[in-house]
Amino acid sequence: MSTIKKPPEPKTEPGAGVSRRGFIRDVSLGTGALGVALTPGAARAVAPALMGPGPVPVTLTINGKPHKLELEPRVTLLDALRNYLDYTGAKRVCDRGTCGACTVLMDGKPVYACSILAIDAQGKNIQTIESLALSPQPDPLIRAFVNNDGMQCGFCTPGFVMAAKAFLAENPNPTMEQIKRAFGGNLCRCGSYNGIRRAILEAAKAAQGGKNA
Amino acid sequence: MPDYSWPAPEKRRVIGRRTNRVDGFVKASGRAKYAYDIKRPGMLYAAVVVCPYAHARIRSIDTSAAEKMKGVAAVHVFDGSAPGTEVLWAGWEIAAVAAETEELARDAARAVKVEYEVLPHFVNEADLSKAKAAGRVKPAGEKVTGDPDQAFKEADVVSEGVYGCPVICHLTWEAHGQVIEWKGDQIEYWPTTQAVSSIGNDLAKALGVPPANVHVMQDHMGVGYGSKFSPDRWGIACAKLSKQTGRPVKLFLPRDVEQMIAGNRPSHYARIRLAAKKDGTIIGWESESWSTGGMTGGGAPPIPYVFTNIPNQRLNHTAVQVNAAPQRAWRAPNHPQASYLTCCAMDDLAHKLGMDPLELFKKNADYTARPDVYRWQLDKAAELIGWKKLWHPRGDKTPGHIKRGLGIGVGTWGGAGHLSNCRCNIYPDGTVEVELGSQDLGTGTRTVIAMVAAETLGLPVGAIRVKIGDNRYPFSGTSGGSTTVGGVSSSTRKATMNALEKLFERVAPKLGVKPEELEAVNGQIQVKGDPKKAMAWKAACKLLGTEKISEMGQNDPKNPMGLNTGGVGGVQMADVSVDTETGIIRINRLVVVQDCGLVINPKTAESQCYGAAHLSICAALYEERIMDDITGRMLNPDIEFYKVAGNPDIGEIIVHLDIRPEHDKRGVIGLGEPPVIPGIAAIANAVTNAIGVRVPYVPMTPDKVLAALERRSA
Repeated sequence: MSTIKKPPEPKTEPGAGVSRRGFIRDVSLGTGALGVALTPGAARAVAPALMGPGPVPVTLTINGKPHKLELEPRVTLLDALRNYLDYTGAKRVCDRGTCGACTVLMDGKPVYACSILAIDAQGKNIQTIESLALSPQPDPLIRAFVNNDGMQCGFCTPGFVMAAKAFLAENPNPTMEQIKRAFGGNLCRCGSYNGIRRAILEAAKAAQGGKNA
Repeated sequence: MPDYSWPAPEKRRVIGRRTNRVDGFVKASGRAKYAYDIKRPGMLYAAVVVCPYAHARIRSIDTSAAEKMKGVAAVHVFDGSAPGTEVLWAGWEIAAVAAETEELARDAARAVKVEYEVLPHFVNEADLSKAKAAGRVKPAGEKVTGDPDQAFKEADVVSEGVYGCPVICHLTWEAHGQVIEWKGDQIEYWPTTQAVSSIGNDLAKALGVPPANVHVMQDHMGVGYGSKFSPDRWGIACAKLSKQTGRPVKLFLPRDVEQMIAGNRPSHYARIRLAAKKDGTIIGWESESWSTGGMTGGGAPPIPYVFTNIPNQRLNHTAVQVNAAPQRAWRAPNHPQASYLTCCAMDDLAHKLGMDPLELFKKNADYTARPDVYRWQLDKAAELIGWKKLWHPRGDKTPGHIKRGLGIGVGTWGGAGHLSNCRCNIYPDGTVEVELGSQDLGTGTRTVIAMVAAETLGLPVGAIRVKIGDNRYPFSGTSGGSTTVGGVSSSTRKATMNALEKLFERVAPKLGVKPEELEAVNGQIQVKGDPKKAMAWKAACKLLGTEKISEMGQNDPKNPMGLNTGGVGGVQMADVSVDTETGIIRINRLVVVQDCGLVINPKTAESQCYGAAHLSICAALYEERIMDDITGRMLNPDIEFYKVAGNPDIGEIIVHLDIRPEHDKRGVIGLGEPPVIPGIAAIANAVTNAIGVRVPYVPMTPDKVLAALERRSA
């Protein structure tokens, strides 16, 4: 958990509108403070505390490797990956949790990296698209996306591949009908859905070793 | 001069084979670097300040507070935004701030104080009478051919309808923007563009520097759909911030600004009357159309569309000015809208005649430029969708609230190749490079280039190094209007053949034959038809010693030499189900029948068709720029309320590429625009066929469907 610097201050600009970033910042500050309060041994009397607004030390575990960064608490996980590190596979498209282009896995669950603060991703195992092609034997999903032309411009593709990774972990033997319904959380502007569906089915079959082919 | 013509179909080894995208692996593994992913040492992040009003005069701009903020390196006021400027649409760029982090840049952008005098605006054109009352109309005059009055008098049947499609956005997944590093007199430029060979010249002109000093680089791009040809005002501002700070600067538009100003497709509305004989022969057309593309108004749609030779026409068009950013070319400019207007009017006519619309479309095919092509395609699409079995007169009589229907749309496009130059290098170690200042928008251009080179040189696709996306490579045209594949395939064919001829000159004496007796097949240079009298590719290239072969090839659009051509037709048919209780439309199937000349890579060609069909579904059911009359602003500049189709919305898309020999022999034709045209009409007509009443405007959202049903029962 990051250092807690000073107690909360009242908002000085009452007229300031509620932005999404402001909203998730506030929400997660609340969560953070609650987390501290529930930590065994922590002084319960301490009032909810504020991090920032300046940079605070943040450690992110990405693809098994720890990264130490100095980030403002408002920096999203997506921006930490893209701007402060060089994991650019996750893309920024809608930047507000609609399109899924920024999908990464956090402790194995697919999440929209644009809608999670980097400070809240600490202590989690973050898996990005880059992890799928580290070994000489890349993840079968990548080959399947290529074989089935599950992409055109490719901007949404890493997000789809990561969502598919999580989906197949829970549904190793899906039907085409399940695949059609499962991927409503990722959007493709080019319209590569046909290839994407076939790719996911092919990858599932490959992982099953042809058992259900 | 070698014979550049394409090999006969039976002799092709690579062309026509389903081939994986050569950059598929880097894209699917997240390694492909787009402009949005570029990170340079010491790079600053820029944020923009835009005008919140649809119509206003800038009174003052105060950047002093922003300049003093922590981490801010520079504040730039856009050229053309000085105090006193009249702003004509919301989203107009006022200033840009460059700072150490993106977060600090956004803070500083909020600290730029701009004062405006707010002026009256007008933003919605759907109701023409309101536009007239607001003084925002520019009539384009009347165009008459033949004698429409007489035709309507003589008609057995006259049908009439009003149809419309609103403005939609390009919504490119990779937003507009760039990274620019201005060092000394050199500008390193990473744009996201459809114009690698020319965008640097445009930027140089705007900055007043020599074009040779601008180096453009783009490996991959997250689509453009016609909105990414120019450096734009934000490109110029980014360059100036880089010069001012001496550091690389990254400036990408946030999604809301992107949707407000970085490209939209004009609306098209029309009241159309058709006059016909009892047998379905159309004898007259009258239309009163209106459209907007921003403050310039909107041009007349090309109607009657495809059936251009309908006799006795009266056309009136009115351009409507609205306070919104200007239109940009949008994949097949004006064609999807014109197809929608025309095919809906014809479908309504068929209903009034008590005729199957398939028969009406075929009956009037002689009014098209390619009657045989359209008749064949109509029959083919009908066969694929099961028209005979599933079509019924308007209004599905099946009990229950789910109604099913079929509909037709047609399209046409040019698609001949643009000016393209290619250089082919063959090295003594056997390496082959092909270099073009072209770009791959996700269409598969890189793959097509590799396939053509591989075919010509008798090598596997993987042996070709395709070098595109850099303006230091030979000039190749912009990717617009489906001109790329014809251009780059032809120039690559010529360059690789020219290079091969040079290699033959070296090999011929060693094999004791003349150069013209040689061919390149299966990784070797051999005497024609005799694989035993051969030299392996590497051994042949070794003969070059320390030299390399470097030969050019050009596609000259004025003389494509039969390698490429333009002019295609397409027919699409939709099968939809409509829930009359909720108004929700489901796409069951969309059949795409498209002629497209010689197809180099059927795999990526089909992907183009899938993608185009998807865009038609988006426009027919979901997409719409919603403008607020009160504030003058776009209400949905995002992706949650600006709806696009997701995976569950697409249904089954059935693609049939019409590659019969008579089309193959015409050479290569672009396929970017053609399949995006007929789908909206097909879906709109299918919905009408299902529920028995026309939903007059797209997108056919549940509220519009229910309103149409209510009018029917009223």
